[in-house]
Amino acid sequence: MNVDIPQLLPLPVLIPLIGAGFALALGRFPRMQRVVSSVSLSLVLIVAIILLVTADTEGPQVLWVGAWPEGLGIMLVADRLSALMLLVSSVVTITVLVFSARSDMDEASEKAPVSIFHPTYLVLAAGISNAFLAGDLFNLFVGFEMLLFASYVLLTLGAPRERVRAGSTYVVVSLLSSMLFLITLAITYAATGTVNFAQLAERLQGLDPGMQLVIQLMLLVVFGIKAAIFPLSAWLPDSYPTAPASVTAVFAGLLTKVGVYAIIRTQTMLFPDSTLTTPLLWVSLATMVIGILGAITQSEIKRLLSFTLISHIGYMLFGIAVGNLAGLSGAIFYAAHHIFIQTTLFLVAALIERAGGSTRLDKLGGLAANTTLAALFFIPAMNLAGVPPFSGFLGKVALVEAGVELGTWVSWAVIAGAIVTSLLTLLAILRIWHTAFWRPLPEGTERTNKTLPLGWVLTAGVLVAVTVAMTVFAEPIFEFTERAAVDIDAGAYAAAVEESIRKLGTP
Amino acid sequence: MTASLALAATGAVLIAAGVYLFMERSLMRILAGLLSLSNGVSMLFLVSAGTPGGASFVADGSDSSTITDPLPQAMVLTAIVISLATNIFLLALSYRSFQLDGHDEVADDVEDAIVRRRAEADLTSATFDETEAGIDHDTDLDEAAVEAAAAKAAAKEQKGSGE
Repeated sequence: MNVDIPQLLPLPVLIPLIGAGFALALGRFPRMQRVVSSVSLSLVLIVAIILLVTADTEGPQVLWVGAWPEGLGIMLVADRLSALMLLVSSVVTITVLVFSARSDMDEASEKAPVSIFHPTYLVLAAGISNAFLAGDLFNLFVGFEMLLFASYVLLTLGAPRERVRAGSTYVVVSLLSSMLFLITLAITYAATGTVNFAQLAERLQGLDPGMQLVIQLMLLVVFGIKAAIFPLSAWLPDSYPTAPASVTAVFAGLLTKVGVYAIIRTQTMLFPDSTLTTPLLWVSLATMVIGILGAITQSEIKRLLSFTLISHIGYMLFGIAVGNLAGLSGAIFYAAHHIFIQTTLFLVAALIERAGGSTRLDKLGGLAANTTLAALFFIPAMNLAGVPPFSGFLGKVALVEAGVELGTWVSWAVIAGAIVTSLLTLLAILRIWHTAFWRPLPEGTERTNKTLPLGWVLTAGVLVAVTVAMTVFAEPIFEFTERAAVDIDAGAYAAAVEESIRKLGTP
Repeated sequence: MTASLALAATGAVLIAAGVYLFMERSLMRILAGLLSLSNGVSMLFLVSAGTPGGASFVADGSDSSTITDPLPQAMVLTAIVISLATNIFLLALSYRSFQLDGHDEVADDVEDAIVRRRAEADLTSATFDETEAGIDHDTDLDEAAVEAAAAKAAAKEQKGSGE
């Protein structure tokens, strides 16, 4: 069988969209919906693996959708970076889907209409894939809109009071960032006459430096809102925790990382001689430290985790700001690690809520008696805090090394901040461990002795296993992210696109 | 490339009005702001198309240099469709909020307010373990009273500023 690999590129977007249609039509049959969702997401996972292998062995894969001449149409590209992110995201979406198979039934008995969950979830998956594969700014915008729109619906699922309150903030902030994105697109098109990444990379160099800076800053602000970079992060801890558990887990793991991916893609490709290294370093320091200080004051597990999420976005931004090979490779590794770890922790938070009846720390205690739950929390928690030998530690070491290589005093300051943040994360996480697990149940609190559904424990266990596997196989993964960083540095992406345009000309 | 100043100016005015309305608390006003903002942004796309020309259809042998750049139009169409959908979603959200609370205002972060109130009332964090820190006194009742008073004061203050 001979398959033209680039022809597979639209599939990660198309399959979930078609699946969403079927899932919507099958609204009355929850079991069929689950089958449709899991089949479509498994197919996406297979395609993602094929794309990753191909991108690694044969270089970036390019497809011009519709084959318009001279680089006019929509282009999909999978290079090492986007293929890796696609694979990670499809692993996460399918695992959480299995997890939600049980939790959405619980939701159904309480408040939410489940019939809408599966179609929306699939649209979310399609949007994420589209954002990772997009070869131009406008298609990236469309990908963002798809995933944002699905996220609006998922966040306000069933529309109870609390979710409507949190949802309105989230929707308004996201709308504003979308409008800013559109303005940026209009400016970019007016200045260069293209929105294609590869062509932009070439034409932006010819622009006035001031104009370049305007476009760069606007892109940074737009993606900074999505990635929750301080000071554009205030919306996140308010909106994420109120959503259904499985939804929060996917949001926390993936949505901010799509923003981080977009920052990596645009900053490295379009502005290789960035003048913003020092300001970005300061911003990353502020994100780390202020995020984690926020986490320490929280007394609710999901909110605490949301703040650690913001704080650790700072690490990825640090790698991007440093901008050398080691920094990029570290940022990519850290993004992949953080997607898994944050999803796992939010799923475990759902388990804690089930076992302890609450996620408020003052109402929890004595959970260590449940050894499975304790282990499921402890391993990713230590990993998040960067305790050796876990992948969180390895990622942080890689970033610190990159910072040392840069060697300016600002980068030393950020390194110090990164280490302090890591310790403070440990403190915040240990507060959960100490209050919810280690101390006896507070007086006057009723013990809820609900058993944990096996499906939940298994899926959370699988994700914990994945994070441990990232530790064990850290070396091959690091070699891969280094190759991805070299690709970015050498402009392999733009070269592949040019090659494909040449091919279009000679059919 | 020459662009139309009238289009750019209209876009600027619409965006300015939209941003102003976006700062409001009521979702209906935010919706009005969004409508104005998205129309303004559409104008910017038309500006970015450059010199206006004929309709963007190319027949065999026609001169493609006299037509308007079609790409921004394609983009603006996509943007219009997307903002139409978001407008409707916001409308639904606003109505639901009205149904639940009798108003459609974007509220403050509840948990943040609790943390702030505790800080103002000079209390330790809700999870601070006093026995652990060697402080052994039973202040739970006092604490609850202080916190309730602080909450009351905060609510009053908010009410006062709302009127």
